[in-house]
Amino acid sequence: MIDCVENRLLTSRRGLLLGGASFAAWAYLPKFARAADGRDPRLVVVILRGALDGLATVAPIGDPDYAGLHGSIALTADGAHPALMLDGFFALHPSMPEFARMYRAQHAAVVHAVATPYRDRSHFDGQDVLESGYAGPGRVQSGWLNRALEALPRGERVSSGLAVGPTTPLVLRGNAPTVGWAPVALPQADDDTAMRLVDLYRHRDPALASALSQGLQLEKAASGDEMKPKPGNAVAQMRQVARGAAKLMAADDGPRIAALAFDGWDTHANEGGPVGRLAFLLGGLDGALAEFESGLGERWRDTVVVVATEFGRTARINGTDGTDHGTATVALLAGGAVKGGRVISDWPGLKPANLYEARDLKPTIDLRSVIKGALQGQFGLSDQVLAQTVFPDSAAARPMKGLVA
Amino acid sequence: MARDSQAALVALNRFGFGARGGASGDLINAASDPRGFVKAELARPSGVLLEAPGLQSTPQLGQAVFAYQDQVKQAREAAKAATPAEAPPQAPADQKPGLRRNLSLNMVATEIAGQMAEAKPADNKPADAAMKPDGMQPNAAAPVAAKPSPQPLNVIQNTFRAEALARLQRAMMADCGFTERLVAFWSNHFCISASKGELARMWAGAFEREAIRPHVLGRFADMLKAVEQHPAMLFFLDNQQSLGPDSRAGQNRKRGLNENLAREIMELHTLGVGGGYTQEDVTSLARIITGWTFAGRKGQLGAPGSFAFNANAHQPGPQALLGKTYEATGLAQGEAALADIARHPSTATFIATKFVRHFIADDPPPTLVARLRDVFVRTDGDLKALATALVDSNKAWQAPLTKMRSPYDFLVASGRLLARVPEDPGFYLNSLNLLGQPLWTPAGPNGFPDTAAAWAAPEGIKLRLDIASQMGARLGNNIDPRDLLEFAAADAASVETRRTIERAESRQQALALLLMSPELQRR
Repeated sequence: MIDCVENRLLTSRRGLLLGGASFAAWAYLPKFARAADGRDPRLVVVILRGALDGLATVAPIGDPDYAGLHGSIALTADGAHPALMLDGFFALHPSMPEFARMYRAQHAAVVHAVATPYRDRSHFDGQDVLESGYAGPGRVQSGWLNRALEALPRGERVSSGLAVGPTTPLVLRGNAPTVGWAPVALPQADDDTAMRLVDLYRHRDPALASALSQGLQLEKAASGDEMKPKPGNAVAQMRQVARGAAKLMAADDGPRIAALAFDGWDTHANEGGPVGRLAFLLGGLDGALAEFESGLGERWRDTVVVVATEFGRTARINGTDGTDHGTATVALLAGGAVKGGRVISDWPGLKPANLYEARDLKPTIDLRSVIKGALQGQFGLSDQVLAQTVFPDSAAARPMKGLVA
Repeated sequence: MARDSQAALVALNRFGFGARGGASGDLINAASDPRGFVKAELARPSGVLLEAPGLQSTPQLGQAVFAYQDQVKQAREAAKAATPAEAPPQAPADQKPGLRRNLSLNMVATEIAGQMAEAKPADNKPADAAMKPDGMQPNAAAPVAAKPSPQPLNVIQNTFRAEALARLQRAMMADCGFTERLVAFWSNHFCISASKGELARMWAGAFEREAIRPHVLGRFADMLKAVEQHPAMLFFLDNQQSLGPDSRAGQNRKRGLNENLAREIMELHTLGVGGGYTQEDVTSLARIITGWTFAGRKGQLGAPGSFAFNANAHQPGPQALLGKTYEATGLAQGEAALADIARHPSTATFIATKFVRHFIADDPPPTLVARLRDVFVRTDGDLKALATALVDSNKAWQAPLTKMRSPYDFLVASGRLLARVPEDPGFYLNSLNLLGQPLWTPAGPNGFPDTAAAWAAPEGIKLRLDIASQMGARLGNNIDPRDLLEFAAADAASVETRRTIERAESRQQALALLLMSPELQRR
C-alpha cells in the first residue's frame, strides 16, 4: 500500500520542488487559440501501477457467476457497506462516492472488460504496452501521450505536457516538451515495497529481516501509529498530488495535458472487499478525482480524466483472499467533458467458458479505442494520426465515438 | 577457464565496489579469473593517485581559506560601519493574494512552492540530473526566477564538493575498485573530521590525496609519517597548539603539552589499545612531536598552510619512549620514533586484525590475521604485499558473505550498477549524511565503524530502503531490473531474489528491491 506519512512531508523533506525553473517556455509560446466552439480542453491520464482489480472496482453484481468467483471479497448491493449501483447490472465500489456523484451528474463513465493488446502477465511489459502505445513490449523511447502532443498544432491549443512525479512516466516521454513537478523530494518507501523486502530477507537473510522489521516498527511508532495500515496517508498523498497538478493546469498558461501514476494496486493477498486494502486505494483515487474537479474549477467543464491500468486480475480469488495477474479490467473516465452516466461494455460474462484462459475477465474492448476516443473528442486528432503515430499499427482499434460531450 | 559467478561476487563485492551495469562486462571478467581481476589494480600503483583539474595542494587550499576568512571579516566590519539600511524591502508588484482569474503558471508555481517547500541545506545542491532531489524533469526548459536563487557556495563548500566528486567519479569508473576500497580503508583508519573547522573541511580531500593515496601500495611507515605530518591531521588532533613546556614558546606563553595526537598515534594509528604502551609513553611521544605544526596565515614558519617544524615550540632534550631513548635531534627525533612504532609487533597485529575485519569478517579468522601479521613483519610493512596476501588466501574466497556494505559502499555500488557517473556530488553527500556516514566526517578519531552490527541497524536499513526507493522512483523508468540483476549477480543470485525482482509491481519497485537485496547489501 502507498504509505505517505503526512507529518513527515512537513518535517523531514522539502514539501514541493517546483523549480520555477521550467516554466519559461510559456513566456514565448503563442497565445492559446480557442477552438471554434470556445472550448479549452484538458486531459489528465492517471496510471494505476500494479494492475487494478476491475471486478472489484466496478462489480458485475448482476452476473450470476460473480459472487462465487470473487468469493470473500465480492461486493454486494446490501450489507454494511453496499456497493453503489450504477445501473441494474454494475455497481461501484463503496469507497468511491465522489465518482458515483460525477456519474450521476453525467460527468463520469466506466468502460468495462477493456485491455491493451498485451496478453501476458508481466507488470513491466504490461506497463510498457500501456504507456508506449505500441502493440508489444520493449518499446520505451516514447509514449502515446507525448506523440499525441507532438501531433497537435504547436502553440494553438495545447502546450507542454505536465509530468507529475519524480520522473516523466513513459506515456509522456518523447520529443514534445514536457515539464515536471513532484510533490515530495524523498518519497518514502511504501509499505508494499517494504513488506516484499521483509519477505525476501526472511527467506535469505534473517538478520536483515529483523533489522528492517524493527526499523519499520520504529517509524510507525514515531509517526504515532503502530503497524496498522494507514489508509489516511495513501489517500492524503493521492489527493495532494492531484491538488498540485490541478492547480498548475488551472492556470491560464498552464499545461493542458498531464500524466501521473499511483502505485500499489498489485493485490495478491488480503485485497479486501468493501473495506480493506483495495478500498483504501480506491478511496484515494476517488479523492484525487475530486481534487481535480475542485482544483480545475471552471476548467473542469472541458476536462477528461482517463484512469487506466496495465491489466486486470484473476476473476477467481486465490488462496490468500487476493487476486493474481489477469487480463481485462476497467477504464474510468471522469470530467465535465465526459459524456457520462454510462457503463460502456460488451460484457463477455463470467462463466468458465467465457473467461480468458479459463481465469481472467475476457477483453472485449481495446483500451486504445477508448483513449483514441478521448483524444479525438478533446483535441480533434484524426483517425489516421491516431492509428499510425499515436498508437502505431492500430487501425483495427477504431476510436470510440461519443465519449466526449 | 570456467566461469564462477560466486567467486565473481566475492571479487567484485568483497574486494571492490560491485559490478558496473551497461556494457562493462565486469561480472563476466571477474568470473573468468576472480583473483586476477582483483589484483589487476594492484599492478598499477600510479592509478591510486588522484589528480583532477582544479584540485589543489594543501598550502594552496590553506591560503584560500585564510583569504576567505579575511574577506568575511572585512565584509562584516564594512557592514557594521555602514549606516542602517535605508532601502525598504521591495514589494513584488504582481503578487496579489486571493487573485484567481488570469492566474499565471509562474505565480501558481511560486505559491505552491511557498506553501510546501522547506529550507534547503547548503550541501543539498541538485545532484546528477537523474538523481537530483528536485522535482524538475531532465527535458524541462530553461529556468526562470520563480523561487529565490540559493546562496552561492563559498570556497570551502565548493572545494569539499569538488574533492568529493573526484573521489566518487574514480570509484564509479574503477574496473574492480579494490585500490579505491584500500584508499577508503586507510583514509578511515587515519581519519580526520571535516567538522573540526573550516581548515579541516577544506583539507579533507587533499589529506587523502596527499597522505594516503601515494602510500596505499607503499610502506606503512611512509604513510604514517605523511599522515602525522599533514597539516590536516595536526589541526584535527590539535598538535599545532601543543608546546614543549620547556621550549621557548612554552616558557613565554606559559602553556604546554597537548597529548591528543600522541595518544591517537599509539592507540588508533599503530599499536592499538593494549599494544604495550603506558601513559608515560603517551606524554613522552607528545613531547617528541612538539613543534610539528603548519605555517599560519602570516607565513612566519614557511608558506602558509604547509607543514612546518617549529623549533621554538619543540621540547628540548632526549626522550624515553617504549624502552628506547631518542636523542634531541629536533624534527628527526619524532621521525625516528614514528619509524620504530611503525615496525613494532603490536602495530603488525593491530593492522592485520583491522584489515581482515574490514575485508573478510567481523570476527576475523585468527589464522588469516596471523598470516597477514607475518607478511607485515617480514616485508617491513609493505602494504601492497599485505593486500596481495589477502587476495591470495583461500579464506578470503571461502568465508561467507556476512559483511554489510557501509553506506558509502552501498551508494557507490548502486551508482556503478546503474552506470551513472555523477556530475554533482549532492545526492551522495545528502544520502551519506542521512545514513550516518557523512563523507570524511566521522564522529571521532577512531573513524566509522566497520562491523555489520553498525550498518545493519534498524533505522539505518529503513533509511537505506527509502533511498533505494528514491533511486527506483527516479531511475526505474528507464531500465529493466531483470537485466541489472544479471549484471550484478547473474546465476549467483538466489532464487528468492530473482523471484522478488520479477514479481515486483513496477520497474521502480523492482529496482529498489534489487538494490536492497542481500546480494547487493552483503559482501
